[in-house]
Amino acid sequence: MKKDSRANLIKQGAIWAFIVVELAFFSIAGEFLSVTDTAFMDFDNMLLLLKQSAPIGIIALGMTIIMINGNIDLSVGATFALAAVVLLDSMSWPFMQALGDWAIPLAWGFALLTGVVLGAINGLIVWKTGVDAFIVTLGSMLGYRGLVFMYNGEQPTSHLNWTLVDFAEAQFLGLHTATWFLLGTALILWLVMTRTVHGRNAYAIGNNREAAVNAGIRVGPHFLINFMLIGFLAALSAVVFYSESGSVNPNDGMLYELWAITAVVLGGTKLAGGYGSIVSTLGGVIAIQLLRKGLGHIGADTETVNLVIGLILISVLFLDRQLNRKGREDLKT
Amino acid sequence: MAELTKQGLGRFFARQGILVAFVVFMIVFALATPRFIDIDNIAGVVRSSAILGVMALGVTFVVIGGNLDLSVGSMMSFSTIVVLDLHDKLGPALAIPAMFGLTLCLGAFIGFLVGYLKLNSLIVTLGMLSAIHGLTLTWSGGKNMDIADKDATWFGVFGQGYVAGVPSPIVIFALLALVLGVILSRTPFGRKVYAVGGNGTAATFSGIPRARVVFMTYLVSAFCVATAGLIQASRSMGSQNTVGQGLELEVLAAVILGGASLLGGAGTVFKTVIGVLILGFIQNGLLLMGLAFYAQYVVTWVIIILAVWLDIAAKRGRLWSPIA
Repeated sequence: MKKDSRANLIKQGAIWAFIVVELAFFSIAGEFLSVTDTAFMDFDNMLLLLKQSAPIGIIALGMTIIMINGNIDLSVGATFALAAVVLLDSMSWPFMQALGDWAIPLAWGFALLTGVVLGAINGLIVWKTGVDAFIVTLGSMLGYRGLVFMYNGEQPTSHLNWTLVDFAEAQFLGLHTATWFLLGTALILWLVMTRTVHGRNAYAIGNNREAAVNAGIRVGPHFLINFMLIGFLAALSAVVFYSESGSVNPNDGMLYELWAITAVVLGGTKLAGGYGSIVSTLGGVIAIQLLRKGLGHIGADTETVNLVIGLILISVLFLDRQLNRKGREDLKT
Repeated sequence: MAELTKQGLGRFFARQGILVAFVVFMIVFALATPRFIDIDNIAGVVRSSAILGVMALGVTFVVIGGNLDLSVGSMMSFSTIVVLDLHDKLGPALAIPAMFGLTLCLGAFIGFLVGYLKLNSLIVTLGMLSAIHGLTLTWSGGKNMDIADKDATWFGVFGQGYVAGVPSPIVIFALLALVLGVILSRTPFGRKVYAVGGNGTAATFSGIPRARVVFMTYLVSAFCVATAGLIQASRSMGSQNTVGQGLELEVLAAVILGGASLLGGAGTVFKTVIGVLILGFIQNGLLLMGLAFYAQYVVTWVIIILAVWLDIAAKRGRLWSPIA
C-alpha cells in the first residue's frame, strides 16, 4: 500500500518535475542563446504563458474526464469554432444590438448553449447507437466543421465589442481573465472528480465498464453528461478567447483536439480509461506552453516545436510503459 | 418465416450494406442531376479521389492489423515537399526514389514503435503527426516549394498525364488497389494481418510474428503515402507545407465507411475503394445539386455514423445499444 502510494506520487509529480526542468533549461539556455535581454523566468512572461495556455487548457481539462471515462472527443476543435461564430455573429443581430452591453451575457449564453447542444448530440449518439466515441466524434468533427463553413462561407466572422475586450484583457490580482477561467475550471472539475459521486463513477466506468454496470451505475446518461460538459468547455474556451480577439476564421480550432489530447496524455491520463487527474492535465497544458515559449525564447524556429512535442509525447508513452512494467514485475516477486 | 427473411436481410445488409448504399446513392444522384452519370464527370470524381484513395489503401492494412495511423496527412505533406525540393536538386529520376526511401524510413520508425515496442498506435501516430509536420517545416524552412521550370520536366506524368486515355492518377490508384487487394486476400502475409488484428494473442500463440506483421503494415501505409505525395506533387508542381493537413481523418473516414473495424481484423481493400468513391461522389453529387460545398461534410458525418451504426446493429441483432 505504501509502495503503491509512492509510485502514484512519482507519477503525479513527474509532470511538475518536467516543468521545473523546462524552466531551468530555458532560463540557463536563454542566457546564452536568447535574442532578447529579458529573462525567461520574467514574471510578466509567466503570466502571459498562463493566459496563452487557457484556450487549449480549458478543453484539455474536459478531455481528461472524457478519457477517464474511456472515451475520446475529436470534435472539440470544430465545436470551439462554431461556438465562436455564434458568439460573434449573435452580437450583430438587430435585436441584440438594441440591447447594448446587455447583449454580452446573452451572446455568451448562446455560444455556451451551442457547445452544450453539440456535445449532447455526440453523447446521445454514443449512448443510443453504441458506436465507438472515436468514430462518432470523428464524424461530427467533419460535420460540425461543415456547419461552421455553411454559416458564413469562407469569410471570417468579426464583431468587436470594446466592453468585452476590456473585460477579456482585464487583470484581477495580477492574473488575466483567461487565466482565471482556466484555474476556475480546473478547481471545479477537480472537485467534481474527487469529491462527487459523478467523478467516482467516471473512474469506475473507465476502469471496468461491465463491473460498473453490474454495480448499478447508469453508463449512458453518464456519458451524455460528460459529452455535454466537454461541449460546454469547448464553447467556454471559445468565449474566453474570442471575446478578446473579436474575429474568427472558419478554420480556427483545427487540430485543437490533438493538442488537447497531447496535454492530457502528457499529464499521465490513460487512453484506456480509469486513470487520470485534472491537476496533472493542468501540468501537461503548462508544460506544452512552456515548451513553445521556451523554444521561441532560445531562438528556435516555430517548426522545431512540433518536432519536439511529438517526440516528447512518444517518449512519455515509452517511459510510462517501462515504469508500469517494472511495477508489474515487483508485484510478481 | 418472416423472422428468417428479416435475419437473412439483416445479414445481407451487414455484409454488403456499403455496396447497397453506394448503388442507392448513385441512383438518387443520377435521377436528381442528369449530368452526374456523364462519363467525364465520373472520371473527374475518381481522379480527384485518387490521392485520398491511395492513402486509404495503406491505412486499410494498418486498421485491419488492429492499429491506427493518424500521421498519414502530415507524412503526405512531407513526401510532397521533399520530392518537389529534390526535383530541382537531383532531377526527377533520383528525387522520386529518394523521397520514397525517406518516407519509408518514417513508416519504419512508426512501425518499430508500434510493432516492436508495442506502444499505443493512436498516441504514437498523433505524436508523429506533429513531429513530421515539424520535420517538413524544417526541410522547407516554412516556404512553399515550387519546381523552377515546370515545362522542362517529365515529372508531371504522374498527376497530369494519361495512360491510354485514362488519367494517370486513376491508373495508379487502380493498379495499387489491385496489387494490395491481392496481397491482402491471397497471400500468407495478408492472412497474417487479419489474424493479428482479429486476435493478437491467438496469433502470437499460433506462431505468427505479430511485431513484424504490424511493422510491415506501417511500411505499406508509408509506401501508399509516398505514392499519394508523388501524385500530389506531380499534379500541382508546387506545394504548401500543409497540403495534407486534416487528410488523416478523411482517410480514416473512408476506411471506416468501407466497413473496416477499428478493433481490427475486418475490412477489405475493395470495400475501402468503395468507401473512397462514396465520399468522392457525395461531394460531387451535392455540388451538382447546387448545395454548398461544405454541405458534404455534414452529409459525410451522417453517413459515417449510419454506416457504422447499421453494421453494429446487424451484428448484435438489435438497433439500439444495450448501454443502460
